[in-house]
Amino acid sequence: MVTTTEPALPQRIDTSLPREQQVRLLVDASRLIRRRNLAMVDAAGLGHIGGDLSATDVVVTLFLATLNYDPANPELPDRDRFVMSKGHASGVLYTTLASCGFFAPSLLDEYMKPLSPLNGHPDSKKVPGVEANTGPLGHGLPIAVGMAIAAKLGGSPRRTFCLVGDGELQEGSNWEALMAGGHRELDALTVIVDRNRLQQGAPTEETSALEPLADKARAFRWAVTEVDGHDHAALLDLFAGLPVEAGRPNFVIAHTHKGQPVSFMRDRVEWHNKVPSGAQIRAALEELE
Amino acid sequence: MSAVAAESTLYDCRDAFAETIDALAEADERVVVVCNDSIASSKLGGFAAKFPERLVNVGIAEQVMVGIAAGLANGGRRPFVAGASCFLTARALEQIKVDLAYTNADVKLCAMSPGVAYGEFGPTHHSIEDIAWLRAIDNLVAIVPADPLETAQALRAAAEYSGPVFVRVSRMGVPVVYDADYQFRIGHAMRLADGDDVTLIANGTMVSRALEASALLAADGVGARVVSMPTVKPLDLDEISAAAEETGAIVAVEEHSVHGGLGGAIAEAVVAQRPVPMRILGFPGFAPTGSAEWLLEHFGLTGPGIRDAAIELLERKGP
Repeated sequence: MVTTTEPALPQRIDTSLPREQQVRLLVDASRLIRRRNLAMVDAAGLGHIGGDLSATDVVVTLFLATLNYDPANPELPDRDRFVMSKGHASGVLYTTLASCGFFAPSLLDEYMKPLSPLNGHPDSKKVPGVEANTGPLGHGLPIAVGMAIAAKLGGSPRRTFCLVGDGELQEGSNWEALMAGGHRELDALTVIVDRNRLQQGAPTEETSALEPLADKARAFRWAVTEVDGHDHAALLDLFAGLPVEAGRPNFVIAHTHKGQPVSFMRDRVEWHNKVPSGAQIRAALEELE
Repeated sequence: MSAVAAESTLYDCRDAFAETIDALAEADERVVVVCNDSIASSKLGGFAAKFPERLVNVGIAEQVMVGIAAGLANGGRRPFVAGASCFLTARALEQIKVDLAYTNADVKLCAMSPGVAYGEFGPTHHSIEDIAWLRAIDNLVAIVPADPLETAQALRAAAEYSGPVFVRVSRMGVPVVYDADYQFRIGHAMRLADGDDVTLIANGTMVSRALEASALLAADGVGARVVSMPTVKPLDLDEISAAAEETGAIVAVEEHSVHGGLGGAIAEAVVAQRPVPMRILGFPGFAPTGSAEWLLEHFGLTGPGIRDAAIELLERKGP
């Protein structure tokens, strides 16, 4: 087993730095987050590493360089909201929250241990920075719509972001939420689809096809943007330029790869929740040197 | 104890809901209502006119209705969700469990037209499983008020309570059960008639009928205590214990399935504390079509029906 405290964690990025420098820092931050995430899954002997790794660059760009929040006051009313609807990707969420100062990084060593606050799926009552208790799929986006309605009602400038898995979109509740968000013109709301094209057992398109996904979202009155979900520069620019269209909520299809960038995990369906062996952990960490 | 007038006027508790939600919204600008195309059926027309911005009608979509309420609570609002109990509870059960109870979201569920209020529409629209489903969920208060006063007070108590609360709002007409000075408290039962031979424990539309049964039993020389138990969760264990200890027999009566509701909850408590003979009166399964009044009569959920069940139970209780 690799010692879990070994990989260092990155820090939030000073967004007054030149863009190119921010991007360089984000690229390195994602590398460090992935290393720590792998070590954490190794220590726990459990996790959903494939979907953690596909979502890492989006989560890191949001938390390190986009969202407004104060980790010392995680309940500030006008903080931006982030909802991790694919709650099984708790590994990348916890690693990033620790990195941003919501709790001590040493707590990551307790991931999924008995009585740990770091459940396999996040619990907002136990973990600062977690906004919604997710795990069963199709819950995060309806809650995020409610958060965005609350902000609009109160005239608050805060923004709401929700990361959903692509397979998760097979849950009907998401389409109820997409209909409500479009109808209410919630342009301070952004849903990001982690479009790694693989669900637990098979490709989405072989299971219950999502395509044409962009057309579907447009038909629900959302402004659709497609982006390389591993391109920090593109993500940074996209998040800085929201809303894409006034009066429409933002539907971002982030094209990603499950297991990114580990050579033997990338785009392999079995890495949804497979736990790497010790040798595989070492090999993955070497690729992330 | 609250004396009960033999009053014949029947009240729709949704009117008490409408009045109370307006008053709560006047007093607290954070209060919002979330509904599912249920403005008319929840009697929210007045609220819609007074607070159009604070009425979030999501359309016919119960999962997102409860999810949005959870998000509104996260955003500092105080959401009251209003929809037909059958759809609110069954369709959004996982959202109630995860988004509200497990999260401890400060959301109030106002379950309209519960039980067999939609009698003629059939079992799709009957809500006789709601309490059983919700009772299994941790960190959720469940209240079944008996009359307009108790409905209003339960809603106010829910507003003051921090955390998720489920309140049934009866559509079927009920008489006034309580005196004007009645004070509802979450988790507290109310003794409405004294008696030492048997205890009738009821809530919702069944409280007035249990009182009628008690009067009939008195004429037969049987002392039947009547306990109104509006809060099914958390239960008033002391009152149940006293009923078992002091009367030795309990009849539970509810406008609900006989499986897992108030009767089931009482039975669990009685078995754990002091086993005594019990009867649970309610619906044995899917009910046929028929008006609410007809269905209650058909299944013996009337004063005479409850009396008969109590007499049978007394035979089992022995001397």
